[in-house]
Amino acid sequence: MDKVIGINEAIKDIRDGDTLMIGGFMANGAPEKLIDALIEKGVKDITLISTDTGLITTGSGKLIAKKLVKKLYASHIGTNKETGRQMNEGETDVELVPQGTLVERIRAGGYGLGGILTKTGLGTLVEDGKQRVTVDGEDYLLEKPLKADFALIHAAKADRNGNLVYKGSTNNFNNVMTAAADVTIVEADEVVENGDIDPNFVHTPGVFVNHVVDGGAING
Amino acid sequence: MDKLEMQEFIAKRVAKELEHGQVVNLGIGLPTKVANYVPDNIEVMFQSENGFVGLGPTPTEENLDPNIVNAGGIPVSIKPGGAFFDSSTSFGIIRGGHVDLTVLGALQVDEKGNIANYMIPGKLVPGMGGAMDLLNGAKKVIVAMAHTAKGNHKILEECNLPLTAQGAVDRIITEMGVIKVTTEGLVLTEINPEFTVEEVQEATGAKLYVDKELRKMEV
Repeated sequence: MDKVIGINEAIKDIRDGDTLMIGGFMANGAPEKLIDALIEKGVKDITLISTDTGLITTGSGKLIAKKLVKKLYASHIGTNKETGRQMNEGETDVELVPQGTLVERIRAGGYGLGGILTKTGLGTLVEDGKQRVTVDGEDYLLEKPLKADFALIHAAKADRNGNLVYKGSTNNFNNVMTAAADVTIVEADEVVENGDIDPNFVHTPGVFVNHVVDGGAING
Repeated sequence: MDKLEMQEFIAKRVAKELEHGQVVNLGIGLPTKVANYVPDNIEVMFQSENGFVGLGPTPTEENLDPNIVNAGGIPVSIKPGGAFFDSSTSFGIIRGGHVDLTVLGALQVDEKGNIANYMIPGKLVPGMGGAMDLLNGAKKVIVAMAHTAKGNHKILEECNLPLTAQGAVDRIITEMGVIKVTTEGLVLTEINPEFTVEEVQEATGAKLYVDKELRKMEV
């Protein structure tokens, strides 16, 4: 299989109002070039699922700064003042989700689970409107799955089949998000031939990936 | 003590709580400084919730790898024997009880071990990040913070800010002393000799029980 396509071709089906998952942690491991292309394309009213909103100038925070996001699911927004401003002034609907719960809700969405049970958030505002489930005498919160129309992912290396390798701490939410979207688009710093990545050391199997964009070949 | 000296003092005292072989997660700010004072005779593994264990010191400019940042987004390094993973594994480590100790700051802590450290409604709403998971999953929770904020109590009978977790805190370490959270209430186990018990009580918004073997807080 050859999933490598051009960047504009890869994002052409993303429309106003779509739900997007975007990888990265404080923009470390964020698909910056895909985000820039999306801004250029001019998609708005996005529902964004991203653990934080980076800075105004980095990662998914760039979409916030351009006021393209209508609803946000995130665990931390403190590093992007614009996110807080939009939330306080009612411009963007923000749901704060504990980071470990956010990643498991995404995993549940991608891995065919009806939800997950966690103690995280019990007795806090996170519990509001949620079901408490008791298992063997222990209380948990039922947290529902999250899915997306598109996932925008960054990897250090991809082969043509979409098998991915990350470097350093850039994996973070990327691996889990690949499974939870209808269409997963990967910006890879380097694209190699099938067989060039040892199958023993693939971090994300290409089965979760629809399109690979050669980020290394795009300037800027 | 100025603010910086106070933070170093608290960080040094927290570091004495570390035990050989522990997996430890340090929060942003003051808790991060604890890593500078790990006793020479022990080895601990620091976890970074964005996805690795084996968190090492700030790299020199020539050793800097932009792919490696800590949970504050700051470039760091990884030690030999460390490992990178995704956020699901990282929070599995946290939630699953594989972190022995976490050290966090707080806006408020109360005598039931409740903690508020992620929002001031209407004013400051940065979000909880990984704090709720850490408080629920870590085997031991130490709050490291200034005893008061601009003269206001931070240690209370009951937190009035939105909670990050219920009954999660084991120990509070401040510039004034070390406080153990017990089912009977807050027990002052160590005191900084610069203060009297009365002064510590006055700076605390909940009843302090003084340990029979109250020790001098040493760093």
